[in-house]
Amino acid sequence: MHTVRLPAEPLVVIQPNKRWSLLSFKDIWAYRELLFFLTWRDVKVRYKQTALGAAWAILQPLFMMIIFTIFFGRLAGVGSSGIPYPVFALAGLVPWTFFSNAITASGNSLVGSANLITKVYFPRLIVPAAAMLAGLVDFVLAFVLLVLLMLYYQIVPTIQVLFLPVLVLLTALFSLGVGTWFSALNVKYRDVRFALPFLIQLWLFVSSVILPSTAIPPKWRWLLLLNPMSGIIEGYRSALFGLPFDWPALGIASGLTILTLLYAIYAFGRVERSFADII
Amino acid sequence: MASIIRVQNLSKQYYLGGPSAPYSTLRESLMDLARKPGRALRKNGNAPQIWALKDLNFEIERGEIVGIIGRNGAGKSTLLKILSRITEPTTGHVELFGRVASLLEVGTGFHPELSGRENIYLNGSILGMTRKEIESKFDEIVAFAEVEKFIDTPVKRYSSGMYVRLAFAVAAHLEPEILVVDEVLAVGDYKFQQKCLNKMHDVATLGRTILFVSHNMGAVSRLCQRTILLDEGRIVQIGPTPEIIQTYTVSNSLGRAEYLQPTAPDKAMHLRRAAILKDGEMRAEVGYHENFSVHLEYEINRDVSGGNVGIGLFAADGACIFASADFDVHPELLELREPGYYHADIDLPAQWLANGMYVVQVYLSSAAGAVVYDCPEALVFTIVDTGTPGSKYGVKRLGILQPMIEWRTERQNP
Repeated sequence: MHTVRLPAEPLVVIQPNKRWSLLSFKDIWAYRELLFFLTWRDVKVRYKQTALGAAWAILQPLFMMIIFTIFFGRLAGVGSSGIPYPVFALAGLVPWTFFSNAITASGNSLVGSANLITKVYFPRLIVPAAAMLAGLVDFVLAFVLLVLLMLYYQIVPTIQVLFLPVLVLLTALFSLGVGTWFSALNVKYRDVRFALPFLIQLWLFVSSVILPSTAIPPKWRWLLLLNPMSGIIEGYRSALFGLPFDWPALGIASGLTILTLLYAIYAFGRVERSFADII
Repeated sequence: MASIIRVQNLSKQYYLGGPSAPYSTLRESLMDLARKPGRALRKNGNAPQIWALKDLNFEIERGEIVGIIGRNGAGKSTLLKILSRITEPTTGHVELFGRVASLLEVGTGFHPELSGRENIYLNGSILGMTRKEIESKFDEIVAFAEVEKFIDTPVKRYSSGMYVRLAFAVAAHLEPEILVVDEVLAVGDYKFQQKCLNKMHDVATLGRTILFVSHNMGAVSRLCQRTILLDEGRIVQIGPTPEIIQTYTVSNSLGRAEYLQPTAPDKAMHLRRAAILKDGEMRAEVGYHENFSVHLEYEINRDVSGGNVGIGLFAADGACIFASADFDVHPELLELREPGYYHADIDLPAQWLANGMYVVQVYLSSAAGAVVYDCPEALVFTIVDTGTPGSKYGVKRLGILQPMIEWRTERQNP
């Protein structure tokens, strides 16, 4: 311990209506260890509290894959580009499960951390971000299942597999954007909690998880471009199975991801300071 | 010396109900928008408002421990929340010349499933410690909390006393330049509370600044040199602690001869009634020449061993005159209290307390050593001057006590 020296300029000035600025990123960087600890807590608690623990990460996409295969396997014959349907479906389900779990967890994270938010200061963005990052552990486990299934079907990835990290990053950023926006909305409108599961169900059908985008009539296919998840999931398949990339779709997906994220951070920042008063 | 905290024209307004009720539903917002588009967009049109704080101005110097006192709703918590950046002010601003850590609650973010060790890291980082700091203080924290044996046990298996000790231990090892503390000392058993007070005192002697909100005037007067008295969001007075506590005690109550509590069947021990009695009659004023008693009624709902019922008597400036517990004279009560309804009368002698206002604290603590009940201001009474030794001759004597003591005076040289 040592005695403290006072700086000449105030370290912090507290005043109303401070505009959202890049300063908050500096703040988040200063609190990066908290981000790590909150993520670590989420992972640890989930695996401690559930009987099956880590198995859930695998069971969820596995059973979805089995059901999809039973119901849609034959339908998809043409569309799945020569890839056996179970692998085709799982390659979509693994990122999809991550996305849907991440936005659910992030979306409910702020309200769930009310006791922290009303008692301690830290950049609030850390809360939805930690909830999203905790989902990455499940994602990795589910990915192992996908690799095993690819081995079983003897699918050998090409050099394109190197593109995978970019796709994971895109998925994470898009989840963060959507989750952050919902988490802020949830503080003010508790409807979000009920709307989210419903929204996720609908979203699944337009994300090229069950059927490839080519199964949709060409007239309507442009609509899928508005959904970054569709482009991203098709991207996973291209990277894993050596199929040609749909660059325009991926490009639009990346652009929309960045826009979503920026908008979410902006919207979050605008209401961040009043969270403690209304939560 | 330079100021470490500068508060200028600080105000905070809250909206009560109205369009920005605690939280609204989407439907309400959409309907508002449909009904009166202009108003809904101009947020909080004419919702009732309340100023939780109004035009606060003060400065605090480095190394000071400053108390903040006032009635419930005076704005103490709002002030702490603004200083710890949990909520933002409506107008005015605060300049902080140092890192702030706030302790509005012990154990913020503790997770019951995680072990003591894991929670130390989690809670430490939530309170703003770096991993390195936590690592270097880890052993100290564990020793302070006295939980060495259970450090790898999930905290949900901890007794409430252990839980609170661990939570406070983490907080006590924060080393910010400014520490903001809210009422957290009202936890743990008496011995641990003393340990916490001492720790805070040590922290301050190292040049750190502490803002301390409490209802416990004894703790405030022991710890703080200066105190701020708030009422209805405004500063009533800032100054030396004894003066301020006196103002507060006198303004706050014209005496309270009886204190009643509804039932709380889930507690092992529960205080039902406290009163100042003179010949069976409740009195908020007692003459200097009268003896009187403090009467307590409490319930024991299950066997309690190691339990303790005590009172503390405080002068208006917060100084503790004495504390007393029932097992002092009845050690058997320490071993076992069986379920039932109990009465206790503590007789206080006449011609003993000087005239003035006094506060009686009542506390009950159960076997685990945790305070199950602590009411720092259960009773307030006045000793009326019916001819104290000094006043008889028009002199104001020094001292809280004005006892009539026997003087054996003999002339030695006849």
